[in-house]
Amino acid sequence: MSDFTMPSLGADMDEGTLLEWLVKPGDTVHKGDILAVVDTSKAAVEVESFSDGVMENLVVEPGTKVPVGAVLATLAPVGTEVAPAPAAAPAPAPAVAAPAVKAAPAHEPLVSSPLVRREAERQGIDLTEVTGTGRGGAITRADLARAVATPTVAAPARPARGAAGRVTPYARKLARELGVDLDQLPIRDRRTVRAADVRATAGGPAAAPAEAPAPKPEASAEAPARKADQASRREEMRRTIATVMARSKREIPHYYLTVTIDLDRALDWMRERNKDLAVTERLVPAALLLKAAALAAASNPALNGFWADDAFQPGTGVHLGIAVSLRGGGLVAPALHDADRLSVEEVMAGMRDIVTRARAGRLRRAELSDPTITVTNLGEQGVESVHGVIYPPQVALVGFGRIAERPWAVDGLLGVRPLTVATLAADHRATDGFTGGRFLAAVDERLQHPEDL
Amino acid sequence: MPDPGPGPGTLTETQAREAVAAALLRIVPDADLEEIGDDGVLRSELELDSLDFLSFVEQLSSTTHVRIDEDDYPQLRTMRTSIAFLTR
Repeated sequence: MSDFTMPSLGADMDEGTLLEWLVKPGDTVHKGDILAVVDTSKAAVEVESFSDGVMENLVVEPGTKVPVGAVLATLAPVGTEVAPAPAAAPAPAPAVAAPAVKAAPAHEPLVSSPLVRREAERQGIDLTEVTGTGRGGAITRADLARAVATPTVAAPARPARGAAGRVTPYARKLARELGVDLDQLPIRDRRTVRAADVRATAGGPAAAPAEAPAPKPEASAEAPARKADQASRREEMRRTIATVMARSKREIPHYYLTVTIDLDRALDWMRERNKDLAVTERLVPAALLLKAAALAAASNPALNGFWADDAFQPGTGVHLGIAVSLRGGGLVAPALHDADRLSVEEVMAGMRDIVTRARAGRLRRAELSDPTITVTNLGEQGVESVHGVIYPPQVALVGFGRIAERPWAVDGLLGVRPLTVATLAADHRATDGFTGGRFLAAVDERLQHPEDL
Repeated sequence: MPDPGPGPGTLTETQAREAVAAALLRIVPDADLEEIGDDGVLRSELELDSLDFLSFVEQLSSTTHVRIDEDDYPQLRTMRTSIAFLTR
């Protein structure tokens, strides 16, 4: 028998909230199957099984916050007959459950997770009508299920087709002008209708906004529950960043190196390449920078890995952490796995995917726990250079400043070139400046040969 | 392709404005476009990074059927310049 425990999704995590079980007792699971969704201060994360087996006991109830390492469920060996789940929810784990969940005021719904919120939105459930039975009165998925089963709540919960929630004034205006009947929009129950929905219905090819990679308009920003939840998440994330960054500056003797890189060739190459391509297939400079950094990390393995137990442990593969700033504040740096082995197109697609999911708050466990070196592209926001703080236990952080046209000497003549300042912040315990310098030189070199990226 | 919608060069100013607004709202759903006005710089006012901007271009070109090349990006600086570009 083995245990499925709350995983650590990074050095900064010491507890997490179980949001949802994706399996039930008696289910046969394999290593790698996703068993549950866990909420951290950064995002909702899908957690997979580390072994084969049969789900035996779901020890922890959704909505419960437990420390890292706490047993979430027990697994029996493959082939074991497990009694079917009792109808009632599994008992909460009394010993491990931290009493950290704040009790909410009676009238304000405390929704513990984006998942519950989404589910409620999908089913058209008004959360203020739902009685929470989770810790501190948090609304769990079981509560939603009950709410649906209860007629009083179910009535508004399943409105007639097209009975969407509010319509933004702009969408209403647009609908009038385009002759779109708002009642005919394929809007799922009570989501706010936005102009894009009207456009999608009116304009043919613009349809299928749900599948588009752009972040979905998360509606009902007006809901107080959501706002409160976002605010507390922001606070929690702020605290997490504070803890990790303070630890980094306390423990890691940083050294910083800088190099100015001429991106003329790289951008020319990219522009030529993008010319013939549909917008969806175009590259952005960040994809080239990330790929170059990944290749440089692969050829300088001393910067790619972790400092743990007073020694450097090289990473298995270059898993490039991509710093993503979240709308509304905060930061998360999920990994693009084996970035050095991906084509530049794959890097581009992977980056878009990760950024979209990071902002939607849905990442995978390995993406949070695996980065071996992180890249921040703060130049997008206009800064000329960034001397970053290393994310422990990693040993290096690469920064790219804004790409700007500047005077630059080329072959004895003064020219105007698109330049970026690349920086490296590295852990002096793990490497010396010599290695760091070689790394930045490699980044530069790679960017001078964009066709080989 | 179902309804081809307005072809290039046939966009009215109102249509162009709506297309730009719709594309922006898909990326930043709670954006206050009135506050930004016609001359606010979209990328900085809405804090769009290059990926957001690419999504914006993608959306805009699919709703308006206007071909938007990379060299045209600078013309999508503000609402006013975007409208001018789309209706040129």
